[in-house]
This record gives sequence, C-alpha cells and structure tokens, in this order.
Amino acid sequence: MSVKQLVVLSGKGGTGKTTLTAALAEQVERTLVADCDVEAPNLYLLLRPRTIRSYVVNVSRKASIDPEICTYCGECQKVCRFGAISGFQVERHACEGCGLCERVCPAGAVSMEEPAGGEIFVGETPYGKMVWARLALGEEASGKVVSQVRMEAQALAVEEGYDLILVDGSPGIGCPVIASVSGADMVLVVAEPTLSGRHDLARVLDTVSFFQIPSLVCINKCDLNEEEAKRIRAECFCRGVEVVAEIPYIEELAEAARLCVTPMDVLEGGAADLLRRLYDEVMGRMGIQSSRPMA
Amino acid sequence: MALVIAVVSGKGGTGKTLVAVNLALALAGEGLQVRLIDCDVEEPNDHLFLRPEIRYTEQVELAVPRVDPEKCDLCRTCVDFCAFNALALAGNRIMVFDELCHSCGGCSLLCPNDAVREESVTIGSVECGSARGKSGSEVIRFCQGVLKIGEPRATPIVQRLKERFEEGAVNILDGGPGTGCSVMETVRGADYCLLVTEPTQFGLHDLGMALQMVQELGVPHGVIINKYIPGGCGVETWCVSNGLQVHLRIPYRREYSLLYSRGLNLVEEIPEWRGRFIHVFRRVEEEVEELLNRGRSTKDGVGNPDRHPIVK
Repeated sequence: MSVKQLVVLSGKGGTGKTTLTAALAEQVERTLVADCDVEAPNLYLLLRPRTIRSYVVNVSRKASIDPEICTYCGECQKVCRFGAISGFQVERHACEGCGLCERVCPAGAVSMEEPAGGEIFVGETPYGKMVWARLALGEEASGKVVSQVRMEAQALAVEEGYDLILVDGSPGIGCPVIASVSGADMVLVVAEPTLSGRHDLARVLDTVSFFQIPSLVCINKCDLNEEEAKRIRAECFCRGVEVVAEIPYIEELAEAARLCVTPMDVLEGGAADLLRRLYDEVMGRMGIQSSRPMA
Repeated sequence: MALVIAVVSGKGGTGKTLVAVNLALALAGEGLQVRLIDCDVEEPNDHLFLRPEIRYTEQVELAVPRVDPEKCDLCRTCVDFCAFNALALAGNRIMVFDELCHSCGGCSLLCPNDAVREESVTIGSVECGSARGKSGSEVIRFCQGVLKIGEPRATPIVQRLKERFEEGAVNILDGGPGTGCSVMETVRGADYCLLVTEPTQFGLHDLGMALQMVQELGVPHGVIINKYIPGGCGVETWCVSNGLQVHLRIPYRREYSLLYSRGLNLVEEIPEWRGRFIHVFRRVEEEVEELLNRGRSTKDGVGNPDRHPIVK
C-alpha cells in the first residue's frame, strides 16, 4: 500500500497547526510525523522525540573572493544581479549562490562555498518516527531544507512500512509551503475566525487548489467571533471545501500549548471528543481506516 | 534620512501586524510622518486594519530564460551552469522551470550560441497608497507586497518594497513569520528590529531563532510580549538573561482578541494604548540615536550628522 501524506497548513500563523497536528499524531496507531516548519520548528517541543540520528545538509552555496588572487577587475560585480559584491567582497546574505561570479572571474579568485544549511533529525516518539530539522544560523533557503525533510520522511515511511505521513507545515503560501504540499494527498487548513484569519485562509486555499490538492478546513477557536466563523463557513461552502471540525476556544488547550504538553493528554470529556471527531473525519476523507490505539 | 523599524517574530500569530499597525497609528496621531510597509507578502494583513486607498500598483517581474530551439545545439552549458536546476535537457530540447529560476542571468550570458533570451514573468505586485485613522486626522503612507498565488519567490517583492523607504519618515516594516529569506531581507539594513513574542514555549523557542537572525544581521533589537501573562513561560526571565529590553507588554485579554478579530485597532478603541506605543517608539529612537552617537565617537564618518534629529 502506498504512503498517504496529510499536510497541516494555516496561511496565518498561530491558528493552532502544531497543536492539532500533535492531537492527530497522538490518536493514530502508527504515523510518521514530519515537521516542515523548519523556520520555527515547534512540534518536537510537544512530541519530545528521542533522537536516533542526525545529519547535516548543504542546500545553498555562497561565493567567496580570495583577496590574494583577486586582480580587482570588477567583472564579478558587473554580472551579479543580487548586488552581493561590492568593494571586491561578497555580502553573504545577498548572495544567492548562482556561481556566475566564479564563472566569469578571469583570475580564478572566486570559489563557491557550501555552508551547512541545516541539520535533519530522525527520532522516535510514542506515536512513531519523527523527522524534523534545524536551520543553520543565517541559512535562508528554508524551502530546500523542507524538501530534505520530506525526502527523508518518504524514504523512511517506505522502508518501515508506514501508511501515513503527517506533515506540520509553515504559515504563509510561499516557498516552504509549496515545498511542503507538492505531491501530498490532502491538506488540512486550520483557520481562525478573525478578519485576517479569513483573508489568509482564502489565500492558502487558492494555493492548495493551484497545486490541485484536495483540502479540508478545521475552524479553531470557532467561538471567538461568530460573525467571522459564519463567513468562513460560507467561503468554504462556495469553494466546495468541507469544514470537517469546529473547535471552540478551550482553556486547557491554550494551557497545554503554554506548557508544551500534548493535547490529548490534558483534555477530557467533550473537548477530547471534538479532537477525536476531527481525527475520524480527516482519516475518513483520506480513506485511512482509523485504528485508534486507546479506543 | 529615513528611520527604519522592522517588526518580526519567528513564530506566526504572535502579533506582528498588531504591533506594526498600532505603532503606525500612534505615531501618525502625534503628527509624525509615517510609512507602513507590509513585507509579509505571502499573507499581507495590514490593509485589513487600515483600509488604505491604493493609488498605485506596480507588477514585480523576474526575468526567466527562454531557449530558441533554432539556435540551441543542446550543448548543455546552461543546464550545467544553473545552480537551481531551473533548466534541464529533455530529449532534444531544453526545458525551463520558471519557478526554480533565481534570475541570475547566467544561462543567457554563457550560452555560446546566443540561444537564450530572457522574458519577464510576474511574481506579484507592490501596491501603494494612504490610509487615515478613525479620527480622520492621522495619515499613514502605506505600501504592501502581494505574492502571486502558486509563486514561491517572495524575496524579490520585499526588495522592491524596500525601494519605497521615505526620507524624513518613520518607516515601519511588518515582516512575515519565520526566519527565512524574505524575513531576513526585511530585517537586513533596518535601524531597529522589534521582536514580538508570546508567553508560550513555542513563542519563546521561536524568539530564540529570531534573535539569532537579528544578531547575525547586526540589527539592534528589543522585545514586545503580546498575550502577556505575568511570569508566563519565563519569557521575561529569558529576555533578561539574554540582555534583551522588553519595551511593551500587551496583556492577554479576550476583549483584545475580539477587537483584533473584527479588524479594529487597540490605539483607536482604547486610547491609553496610544501613549504606550509612542513610549515604545521613544525608547527605540533613543537607542538608535545612542548607537549612532557611539558609532560617531569611535569611527569617523560612521554616523551621519544629517541624521539628527531623526524625527523632528
């Protein structure tokens, strides 16, 4: 059986992606979890994986000029479109690593360095294996690190016979998000009923449908603003996107986020039922038989 | 001279937009010249809180290669050169993957057969205009970048936005979440960076990442704690032990969340917040001036004498 991939997104940050991803991970019998929010990786704080192995990845190159060899002809500066070379020195953060300066330098004074882009971690949680990353200081090419996390997760899932990869995505709709969703089977968008939350939801749903991936919506903190919640429901209805769950503001959930404990551990009664329903609905839409270990 | 203050957070949803918009409104209310630039081009939200009148829109374009099959002899020079794998040899033609191209121009420059020319593709837009506060007297000059749907390259739009800095004004840049390239581009070269956090373990963790970023870029910085709960998650202790100034604490109140959810602004609905945001600005201004003075006394010509006073 092929591995299915569910990506949790939000558009707007802070709507509850990571908390709900953890709640899903806790309920599934065995899942591989991948944290693709490499710029602000938080899921490992909740799931507390034990690291099994880690390795450094190089994702970008930076030009460097050897002043001993440089003849100060200025050719490199002339061709660089990123304004990364001035005074015969490279401004590291502006350099995108295209290598054109190296290519045109008549003296061979420019070399391309490959700094560590980040570290990929594989660990063990009570719910299955987990893959996450730490971006190296100053590394900007986060989309490429996201792709590395997904490649590791996919290889691991095939090798160890997982049928589900649960991906915690990043906010926004740009490079890291696109790297997180490409080739996924389903996207779950966590929306919050605020004016900006609704606006951002529309942009992320546009993006997901641009890549022709089916999506589901969960409205989190749905009782914060009933008017906005209504508008979100209408927006989803018009797009033919199903709202699979609505979760009110739950103080215990906020407290769990503050203290970094997994949600299903602290929730009881009706609140826990809501998260169970979310799980059942999402797995049902993905055609995955929900086999809950604790049920 | 322009004063540039960037607002970033690491973690999303901590209140960057809230801080940027309310700071802009508070300063405009004082009669200062303010330009608010929304650099969160993936999800720009400042406009929802200010409802600006957009008077000018410009497309942001990138040059991507187009290969003339008549001239191309499949020598692979372009394919081998491209560091981003935006060109590939497929059968008897060169394929171009626009969204991977960084527009360095190498392929067209290096092609021995002059077969590669460049074509502009639109990746988003920059929109400018102005907004008035609720009272109608304060005026905010406004700019935002909007990334096209499905487009991964956000940074060139931030670069274009940075051309809009206004002399003699306080330029407030609302950055995106995270610490990736477009956020680094937002912060790079700013005079000051406000780091917005919340008292959760996530907020604290990501504040640490944002702090590393601003330190790496050498931008002076201070912290604003939103959804503040006294003692919450040890954020304040953490700030003290890392030598960070906490400029403002915005308490965790349902009333504030509700205002925000409706697109209403703290400084306009609860007037005492006006003074608090102005106070933050005065502290930032002092810090920036002090650093400039220090630069001037240690190194000749570092500080710009025309710079004072930053804001009249």
